[in-house]
Amino acid sequence: MAGTSDIKDLLTRNVRQSGIYIAFVFIVLLFTVLTRGALLSPGNLTNLILQYSYILILAIGMVLIIVAGHIDLSVGSVVAFTGSVAAVVVIQHGLPWWLGILAALGIGILVGLWQGFWVAIVGIPAFIVTLAGMLIFRGMTMQTLGNVSLSPFPEAYQKIAGGFLNGLFGGPGYDVFTLVVAAAVVIVFALQQWRARLAKLRYDQSVEALWIFAVKVAVVAVIVMAFAWQIANARGLPVVLILLAALILIYSFVSQQTVFGRHVYAMGGNLQAARLSGVKTRLVNMMLFVNMGLLSAIAGIVYSARSNSAQPGAGNMFELDAIAAAFIGGAAVSGGVGKVQGAIIGGLIMAVMSNGMQIMGIGQSTQSIVRGVVLILAVAFDVYNKKRAGAEG
Amino acid sequence: MNDSILEMRSITKRFPGVTALQDVSLSVREGEIHGICGENGAGKSTLMKVLSGVEPAGTYDGEIHFRGRPMSFHSISDSEAEGIVIIHQELALVPHLTIAENIFLGNERSRGGVISWGETNAEALRLLRRVGLDENPVTPVGQLGVGKQQLVEIAKALSKNVSLLILDEPTAALNDDDSEHLLGLIRGLRDEQGVTSIIISHKLGEIAEIADTTTVIRDGSTIETIDMHGGAAAGRALIPRIIKGMVGRDMDSMFPERSVEIGEEVLRIEDWHVTHPTQPDRTLVDGVSLTARAGEVVGIAGLMGAGRTELAMSVFGRSYGREISGKVFMHGRPANVRGVADAIGSGIAYVSEDRKRYGLNLIQDVRRNISAAALGKVSRTGWIDGNQEISVAERYRKSLNIKTPTVLSRVGQLSGGNQQKVALSKWLFTEPDVLILDEPTRGVDVGAKYEIYTLINELAEQGKAIVVISSELPEVMGLADRIYTLSAGRITGEVSAADATQEHLMELMTMERE
Repeated sequence: MAGTSDIKDLLTRNVRQSGIYIAFVFIVLLFTVLTRGALLSPGNLTNLILQYSYILILAIGMVLIIVAGHIDLSVGSVVAFTGSVAAVVVIQHGLPWWLGILAALGIGILVGLWQGFWVAIVGIPAFIVTLAGMLIFRGMTMQTLGNVSLSPFPEAYQKIAGGFLNGLFGGPGYDVFTLVVAAAVVIVFALQQWRARLAKLRYDQSVEALWIFAVKVAVVAVIVMAFAWQIANARGLPVVLILLAALILIYSFVSQQTVFGRHVYAMGGNLQAARLSGVKTRLVNMMLFVNMGLLSAIAGIVYSARSNSAQPGAGNMFELDAIAAAFIGGAAVSGGVGKVQGAIIGGLIMAVMSNGMQIMGIGQSTQSIVRGVVLILAVAFDVYNKKRAGAEG
Repeated sequence: MNDSILEMRSITKRFPGVTALQDVSLSVREGEIHGICGENGAGKSTLMKVLSGVEPAGTYDGEIHFRGRPMSFHSISDSEAEGIVIIHQELALVPHLTIAENIFLGNERSRGGVISWGETNAEALRLLRRVGLDENPVTPVGQLGVGKQQLVEIAKALSKNVSLLILDEPTAALNDDDSEHLLGLIRGLRDEQGVTSIIISHKLGEIAEIADTTTVIRDGSTIETIDMHGGAAAGRALIPRIIKGMVGRDMDSMFPERSVEIGEEVLRIEDWHVTHPTQPDRTLVDGVSLTARAGEVVGIAGLMGAGRTELAMSVFGRSYGREISGKVFMHGRPANVRGVADAIGSGIAYVSEDRKRYGLNLIQDVRRNISAAALGKVSRTGWIDGNQEISVAERYRKSLNIKTPTVLSRVGQLSGGNQQKVALSKWLFTEPDVLILDEPTRGVDVGAKYEIYTLINELAEQGKAIVVISSELPEVMGLADRIYTLSAGRITGEVSAADATQEHLMELMTMERE
């Protein structure tokens, strides 16, 4: 088993796995051309991150929910509800900004416990529980806000979504700090990949050829540095990007490397077998929904900070964007399959398309149609690939 | 071969990286029952997929002639149009629909798109009589037992004017009575209605009894075609030859020898009661007490519906039934088996009879299935050591001889015998003291069976207590040191293997409740 795997085998396997990445690159290139480069301009890239971060945060939790074989339709309402609670605490009562954040996170956890109770303990399908949650928490948002918008938030709170870490090292027209952070990320990534490769070799597993490995790391490095260069030339490193990166790292790890993550996949793949393997399915379901509530609260905080207000209608249809991101990113409707990275890429595909079409001045109606068609095509591509894979088996 | 109904010539089917069929030929005469034997992965199922059009024409080399004409089937409907109907091992019935609705599913008796229920039900009743099933056509299929469902499948095939009926492991899930009835029916279809049948089976006794001709396939090639005319006795005499063809080696004794000191008592169950999960008036397990000692293989023999699986699953962390009462002792001390995790923690492992539903995550790889029940052993404070996990999987792949491209391959791609080995690996990795094996060789070919028997002996020699639940009496007698018979939820006898005869066991297993 030791040694390098066959190139052809690697390519066919990788095309299947990385189809979504290829599609992402294609869409980025397409809209770069269509917008005459405006898509990748420093200002727009920064804007893109700020504008879609909350969808990506929701997508992280959603993909886990979907892998376990559930769905969550309530996240849009929960985003609004947690944001409104933060607004009441900070704006109406004039309490410190961090108390508002704690209150929102607490509410998110309570919401998760409530929905988890019905799904995990009572055994009602998540579709129904969260459909009810969508109505309940939207109503609670309106009551909390007394049906009016609350604004503005103090500056410290706004910084969560609109803040930048820059100027720490100065720089001639661009932010050196951003570049240093990006370079550190690249180095850590390369070292981690190298260590994983050595570990694999030590355990007699096949690894890709050295030159493929080198090309892979180099491509990632170039993309990260180019991206960093662009945002360094705008306003520097957004706080939200750091938050998002941390969440992606943590949840990729939790889903792939922990017992909890494994149990989620096992339940989605074969619930009965998971139960008979000693998986505490109630506990896992409960934790999944509490986690979704928590992430919804984080998204709620980011969204309210960015819009600098809490509105009764906030977060409308966010659940659908998050669900679409997970499915475009390769999650299976039947559960058991899907990755955090995939959902992030899926969310970015939606983000780049929306943003690109906005730059081009395409109307909302057309945008909606295009996004719908892309969702269908993405899943169709996945289904087609799986059929091919099945035929090989 | 002028009287042949089906000629498959030089069929070669390649999947990327593996040749599933290499120059296979199959010739089936009109009006015969043709047995196909072969190990799992030998290519039987692929051959039938080629025949029925699941693998469409053009994806394989070779020719198919049916009734003397060359055929190129592109889908199941193509082959069904010619009267070739395949009944799969996993029944394809919709449980909530009635018998009649299932029989005519996809082939509805209708006028202008509106179903004519009178014709549907009357026709269904006629078909049910032909297969000897005394049921009302409007009964939902889910209410029937597996044996009767199998008959509904055959009625469905008959509704399509079948001339060649292919049955894949038709009796795998049936008890002896139902199997007998089914084989009689197939014989009747041959004698009275001229239906030709192909039967794929691992039960060689059954093949010996019923087949007129048997084709043996090994490693994707035809080994030989044996004429089995001359009655069941002559057929049985040919079994060693079939086995030899299937595995390519002589098998002197089906069951490996075991020499082991039987030690202390490991498992004791006292006065165990289980009630049906939804029907509170049905007692499924009624006051069962039993013991198993270290190094001992204990057999539980019972017919379908005797409560064997219900007993095992309820002991294994109350996974089945309600109002469960009774006591479980491990090593003489009361054991906590309130949940599956507790049962595993107490040293009990249960390998399900239905590995696809209860045993394995088919869309996941071999590695993650093997570690699934003992993730704690490849992780520290909740973090999984992925490399250690792979070496564990590699260890079991080697020691149990699991035939898989790599341990990262999906379990759903493996053959039945290898899937079973993965399921066994998963439970061995929990390092249990008691291993409950529910039909451990169901749907497993002769070669893999022998390997599993050898493994059971090795485990007993390591001092584990093994409980084997099986509906195949020779298997129970060949493996066990001591046999409990179970009938209608009660233990009706306890016999040492040395004293057991099939007749005596069957008598105990069919003992009615006073």
